[in-house]
Amino acid sequence: MSFLKADEINVQYEDMHVLQEVTMEIDQQKIVTIVGANGAGKTTFLKTIAGILRPTSGEIRFLGDRIDHLYPHKIVEKGLVRIPEGRKIFPSLSVLENLELGSYLPKPKAKRPESLEKVFFLFPVLKERSKQLAGTLSGGEQQMLAIGRGIMSLPRLLMLDEPSLGLAPVLVREIFRSVREINKQGTTILLVEQNVFTALDLAHDGYVLENGRIVLKGKSKDLLHNEHIKEAFLGI
Amino acid sequence: MTIPGIPLLLQAIVNGILMGGVYGLIAVGLTLIFGVMNIINFAHGAFMMLGMYATYWLYVLLGIDPYLSLLLTIPLLFIVGLLIERFLIAQVLDAPGHNQLLLTLGISLFIENFAICLWSPNFRTLEIPYLQNVVNIGTVMISIPKVIAFLSAIIFTALLYYFLKKTDMGKAIRAASEEKEGALTVGINLKKIYYVAFGIGAACVGAAGTVIAPFFYVNPHVGGIFVIVAFVVVVLGGMGNFIGAFFAGLIIGLAESVGAAFVPGQVKQFIIYFIFILVLLFKPEGLFGRSNE
Ligand SMILES: Nc1ncnc2c1ncn2[C@@H]1O[C@H](COP(=O)(O)OP(=O)(O)OP(=O)(O)O)[C@@H](O)[C@H]1O
Ligand SMILES: [Mg+2]
Repeated sequence: MSFLKADEINVQYEDMHVLQEVTMEIDQQKIVTIVGANGAGKTTFLKTIAGILRPTSGEIRFLGDRIDHLYPHKIVEKGLVRIPEGRKIFPSLSVLENLELGSYLPKPKAKRPESLEKVFFLFPVLKERSKQLAGTLSGGEQQMLAIGRGIMSLPRLLMLDEPSLGLAPVLVREIFRSVREINKQGTTILLVEQNVFTALDLAHDGYVLENGRIVLKGKSKDLLHNEHIKEAFLGI
Repeated sequence: MTIPGIPLLLQAIVNGILMGGVYGLIAVGLTLIFGVMNIINFAHGAFMMLGMYATYWLYVLLGIDPYLSLLLTIPLLFIVGLLIERFLIAQVLDAPGHNQLLLTLGISLFIENFAICLWSPNFRTLEIPYLQNVVNIGTVMISIPKVIAFLSAIIFTALLYYFLKKTDMGKAIRAASEEKEGALTVGINLKKIYYVAFGIGAACVGAAGTVIAPFFYVNPHVGGIFVIVAFVVVVLGGMGNFIGAFFAGLIIGLAESVGAAFVPGQVKQFIIYFIFILVLLFKPEGLFGRSNE
């Protein structure tokens, strides 16, 4: 039984067919990355797993159970946690309140103090700024907050949608370091990135999405040397 | 226009502030619903009227003290609001604005006409002996039920503020009102937030109806008077701004009452609309801006 499996899913917005027959398998404890150009359908895929969008056909299974008909909050309850593109933190709530809301559901709530400690260990700056309104944080800090909020939900699978977007290289490294650290502690990662090289470097497995279809998949080390990828993304 | 003397002016200021507190409580419920759901609830006045009738009948039929009846009217209106959201409003949340408007307007008409059938369009007043007292401070007469209404409004607003600030549910409501996708990612059930927020909004205005019943007539259309004022208050306070709504309530109460001391009788309504138009023209984001604080 696979950890997470999407099986030939199709997703459309009104009359626009965005994801076509996407099949993807994610093994437990791994870092898996989805890379692809703007508009390829990466965000759509994550939203579909999170239950915000419904596939028109195909199925998604988590540890063998169908999850493609569940409400978003039920999916979070199962430990599938998404950190959305653009962070989507709560700007007029304090940093601490944002983190507390990460553990809104009963199970995460019972572990709130331990999780908080974990987040503050990973991102000490959030502890310093815990009383500050989240909207006043810098972009990098907001991304850390979004990831921290995700950790508060006790994820078994953490899905990150372009966490490096708009960040300076030094912050990108910091974010990627934290992703590796979270993975080391046992959380499976699904990472969506346009930063193809860095993402493949970090991940175990990779998928390439083009116009809503998976065109390549494999060990990320192999993908890094794939001619098609070099041509399409690395400009070599 | 007449120039009032100092005693009359003081009296107007006191009355204005007392009434303004109640306007604030009505508007707080309306602005909460707007902030979370982006819906303008035209049935708000009908909810208030239900609160007033509930208090009236509990007193007349069962002899229950109007302030004690809060223990019943608040949960009653909460449940009414919750059910109406769950079964009616929830269906149109993704629909265009005019559909939502028609629905809440329709609900309002339905409740009002239902009230006419049940209780006739007659004007009724509660007469409660211990509330007929007036306290004089200098030349200013202070009506006891108005003071109680004012204090209740402050207490309920403060309780709601505490709830929104300190409880997980309250934080979830604030989170949902400013970032829906973020709320979904932490496992907040938005459907539940919507019916709870709508229920709370209805409970606020129901409580306002109860505390106003001891000194105001009750009839099926009474809510309309207050709800129009409440719309002005909500805009003035900054749509969706909770504390802004309460203070805007005080301002409008004062403006209405002091204005009435200068201009004759019915013209006082004009003052409220005048302020409304000024705000829309020059400060459409409201005096206190949009915020979820
Ligand atoms: N709500 C929507 N309604 C209609 N079409 C949409 C909607 N959201 C996305 N799309 C379209 O679906 C396609 C895939 O979008 P998606 O956001 O999943 O791409 P992406 O790979 O995440 O892109 P990016 O790298 O820019 O974030 C795009 O063509 C986009 O225009
Ligand atoms: Mg995207």
